[in-house]
Amino acid sequence: MSAPVVEISGLNKWFGQTHVLRGVDLTIAERERVVVLGPSGSGKSTLIRCINGLEPYEEGTLKVAGVDLAGPRAEAVAAKRKTGMVFQSFNLFPHLTVLENCTLAPIWVRKVPRRQAEAEAMAMLERVKITEHARKYPAQLSGGQQQRAAIARALAMHPEIMLFDEPTSALDPEMVGEVLEVMTELAQGGMTMVVVTHEMGFARQVADRIVFMDAGEIVESAPPTEFFTAPKSARTREFLSKIL
Amino acid sequence: MSAPARLRPRSSPFVWLRRNLFATPFDAVLTVSLTVLIAWGLWSALQWAVIDATWVGDSRAACEARDGACWAIVTARWRQVVAGFYPEGHLWRVAAAGVCLAMAVSPVVVRKGWSFALAPLGVVGAFAFLGGGGLLPRVPTEYWGGVFLNFLIGISGAVFALPLGILLALGRRSHLPVIKTLSVGFIEIVRGAPLITLLFMASVVLPLFTPTGVSLDKLTRALVVITLFESAYMAESIRGGLQAVPKGQSEAARALGLDPWRTTALIVLPQALRVAIPAIVNTFIGLFKDTTLVYVIALLDVTGVMRQALADYSWQGLEAEAYVFIALVFWITCFAISRWSARLERAGGRLKEAR
Repeated sequence: MSAPVVEISGLNKWFGQTHVLRGVDLTIAERERVVVLGPSGSGKSTLIRCINGLEPYEEGTLKVAGVDLAGPRAEAVAAKRKTGMVFQSFNLFPHLTVLENCTLAPIWVRKVPRRQAEAEAMAMLERVKITEHARKYPAQLSGGQQQRAAIARALAMHPEIMLFDEPTSALDPEMVGEVLEVMTELAQGGMTMVVVTHEMGFARQVADRIVFMDAGEIVESAPPTEFFTAPKSARTREFLSKIL
Repeated sequence: MSAPARLRPRSSPFVWLRRNLFATPFDAVLTVSLTVLIAWGLWSALQWAVIDATWVGDSRAACEARDGACWAIVTARWRQVVAGFYPEGHLWRVAAAGVCLAMAVSPVVVRKGWSFALAPLGVVGAFAFLGGGGLLPRVPTEYWGGVFLNFLIGISGAVFALPLGILLALGRRSHLPVIKTLSVGFIEIVRGAPLITLLFMASVVLPLFTPTGVSLDKLTRALVVITLFESAYMAESIRGGLQAVPKGQSEAARALGLDPWRTTALIVLPQALRVAIPAIVNTFIGLFKDTTLVYVIALLDVTGVMRQALADYSWQGLEAEAYVFIALVFWITCFAISRWSARLERAGGRLKEAR
C-alpha cells in the first residue's frame, strides 16, 4: 500500500480567539474519495483550505504527500503544488480566456512551453466538456461552465489530490448536475478527492468515506451506507434528521 | 401556446418634446427664453472669436480696425508659443522630440506588453534631442518652452509617475511594516502640500542646502517634483483598483502555485489597473494642467510665453485672447485624453461582469 496523500494529526486553528479546528485527525489514502459534511461554521472549508496552504494553522502536523507543510519552505511549496483547489465562487481570472486560465500556471509555475501547455489544457477542457468555449472569457459562460473550467484549470497542474470547497453551492439548480457529473467521472478515473458539499446524492454514490464535522472537530467518519443508515453519534443523527 | 412577441411601441420626438420641454406654460416660457439666451451667447462668442476676429498682424494696432478677437498675439509669436526660445536653426530637434513623445504615449494605442518599453525610451529620446551633447550642440533648458514644454513635462511626468504610483500603492498594502510606513508616509506628506509650494521649495529652498557649485537644472528639479507629486495621487487611484479585485482572485492564483510576485503581476494588477482607468486618467489630466505651474519658477511654458507677450508694449491689453487661447489648448488636449480613456474602458468592459 502506498503512503497516504494527506496525514493530519492534532490540527488546531484559531481565527482571533475563535477556536475553529479542534484537534482534527484525518488520513486520506491515494485514490480515496472523502466527502466532508457538517453544518455551516463547522470548520469544513477551513480544513481543506489548510490542506492546500491557504490558511495557516497554529498547532498539529499536516503532511501532504509525506511533506510537513510547516517544514522547510521550498519543500512545503512543492507539496502544496500537489493539491488542486476548486472554489465555491469559481474564481476564474476574468481578464483571461478559459484557455489562458488553464495555461497560466503550467507556463509560469511548471515552466511548460506554451504550445505544450495549450495542448494539455485542451485535453483537460475536453475532460470537462467545454472545448468549444476555450477562447471565450469567463463572463461569457454560464455558472456551470465556469465551474467546469475551474476544475480543468486545477487539473492542468496535475494535482495528486483535488479539493472541492462547496463546488455547487453558488450554482443555479439546473447547472448542479453537469458539475457533479464531471466530478463523478473524475472520481471514477481514480483521482484522490476531498469534497465539502451539501449534495447528499453525490456523497452517497461517490464517496468511499464520509467525514462529519461539527464545531471544529471530526465527530464521525464512516463509509456512506453505514453513515446514512446507522450513524453512531447523536450529533450526526441530529444533522441527518434536519437534511434528509 | 406562448404569447407572440410584439414590436416595442415607438416614441416620436414630438411626444418627447411635449413631455419634457413644453409640459406646462411655465416650462414652455422657460424653454423658449433659455433657448434664445443660449443662442445669443453662442452667436456673440462666434462673432468675437471668428467672424470679427483679426488673425494676423505685428502689433495690437493691426487689430484696431475690427471689433473681434486679436489672434495676432498668438500667430505673430507662434514659434515661441510652440517651442519657447529654442534656437531657430535647431527647431527640427523639437520636431524630433515630438516624435519621441508620440512614441512615449503609443502604448495606450498599441496596448501590447512590449510596447510599454517604448514609454521611457521615448522620454529619454526627447530629452536627448532637445538637450543635445555629442554631435548635437547643447541647448540649455532655459531656452526650452511653449506648449511643447507642457507636453514634455506632462508626458514625462505621466510615464514615470504611473510605475512609481503602482509601487507606492502596492507598498501601502504590503505586510512589511517598513515598506508600508514609508509608502503611507510619502503619500500623505506629498498629498498634503500644494504643488506650487513644493515647486518653490525645489527651486528656492533646495539650493540653500546643496554644496556650492552643485546646481541641479531647474527643469530637472521641476520634473522630479511633479513626478513625485503626481505619483502620490496615482498611488491612491490605483489603490482603489486594487481594493476592487476580490480576495478569491489571489487565493485562486496561490492555490495554483503562483508566488506572490506573479500573483500580483499576472492576476491582481491587470484587473486593478482596468478598474482604475477612470481614476488614473483623471490624475493624468490633473497632471497635464498642473504643468502650467512651472511658470512660478520662471520656466517659460505656454502660460509663461503668453504672459511675456502681454508684458510687451505692443500687445498689452489682450489678456482675453491670451487666456482663451491657453484654455483652448488645454481643453482640446484633455478632452482628447478623456475620449481615449472612454475607449479603453469599453475595450475592458466585456470583462467587467465576470466573477
